Amino acid sequence: MKAKHQRLTLAILAVIAVIGAGFLALYGLRDNAALFRTPSEIAAAPVPVGQAFRLGGMVADGSIEHLPDGVTIRFLVEDETASLPVLYSGITPDLFQENSGVVAEGALNAGGIFVAETILAKHDENYMPPELAERNLGGEASQ
Amino acid sequence: MHIFANPTRFLSIARPLTPWLFWGGVALVAVALVQGLFFAPEDYLQGDLVRNMYVHVPAAWLGMAGWSGILVASIMQLVWRHPLAGIAARAIAAPGALFTALCLLTGSIWGRPAWGTWWVWDGRLTSMLILLFLYFGFMALASASDERASISRIAAIFGVVGAINIPIIRYSVVWWNSLHQAPSISLAGSTIDGSMLWPLFGSALGFTLIFAAIVLMRMRGIIADIRIEARLRRMAEA
Repeated sequence: MKAKHQRLTLAILAVIAVIGAGFLALYGLRDNAALFRTPSEIAAAPVPVGQAFRLGGMVADGSIEHLPDGVTIRFLVEDETASLPVLYSGITPDLFQENSGVVAEGALNAGGIFVAETILAKHDENYMPPELAERNLGGEASQ
Repeated sequence: MHIFANPTRFLSIARPLTPWLFWGGVALVAVALVQGLFFAPEDYLQGDLVRNMYVHVPAAWLGMAGWSGILVASIMQLVWRHPLAGIAARAIAAPGALFTALCLLTGSIWGRPAWGTWWVWDGRLTSMLILLFLYFGFMALASASDERASISRIAAIFGVVGAINIPIIRYSVVWWNSLHQAPSISLAGSTIDGSMLWPLFGSALGFTLIFAAIVLMRMRGIIADIRIEARLRRMAEA
């Protein structure tokens, strides 16, 4: 009976330790669990040139331009208050387009331009047929 | 709940209920998937990719609902020593892990064309992967003891502690910015158009009925195993 009580005490202590560790991890990850940083966060806390991070936000309306080399695109990633120019050479995912979310992996160059190595398209929570999108969004988002 | 404290009474209800749940679920899933895969409209942005959600969303829901079931069963085991609680928790673990894996798999296949990547370590994807590992851990713990009719106290405690992951999965896309989209369906309504929402509900309900049927079948199997063992032991003693 004594050994059983000992095991029970150990189990309870272990559970308390696990829960405590869980909450500490949650608290510690509050800022680090974010997948990307937004342009306004970069403006508030600048990242050194060349240091890799993920930039996320909306692709600004009418900002995608194709450079003469044929493989590089340039566009603006914006949030409510700030924006940042991005350069990317390569194939973009299907859902990458203006007025839509994007997550870019890369680093800032000396000119303050974010040079992306990878582009991920972020989908939003709206699901609707094309006819409805044309009516709701004035046709601007339909392809 | 103590009506079911007698396994014989539980079996007298579970046995006729199982085929109704199973075939009802199969029929509902068949209708909803035909509707969703062939007749529901394509999405204005994703095109036909959107059809993945008719399997992905029910799989995610059942992965999380499965652990919620393990939580309830674990508490019933710890507090009331309900004779069916351990059996139920054991029966839920494997199909729960299966649907969680299906959710991760369909999400990954959708993510490659839609996002441009098979996998990214964002809050939602990572917490869902942890759920799959929690299921594996629970199955290992539950089968570590020789006692078949219940789960050990350690396994029950693990079932309770592991449930902390469920709200993390749910709110990972709200609390932390992530690549995975925010929830479309909430108490306030839905941002999925009705023409796509009804096949989704049908599919989710159908898969839930199939899940319930699998759990009942596995519970009956475990109870039968226990009875066979008890009878063999009696015969050996006689």
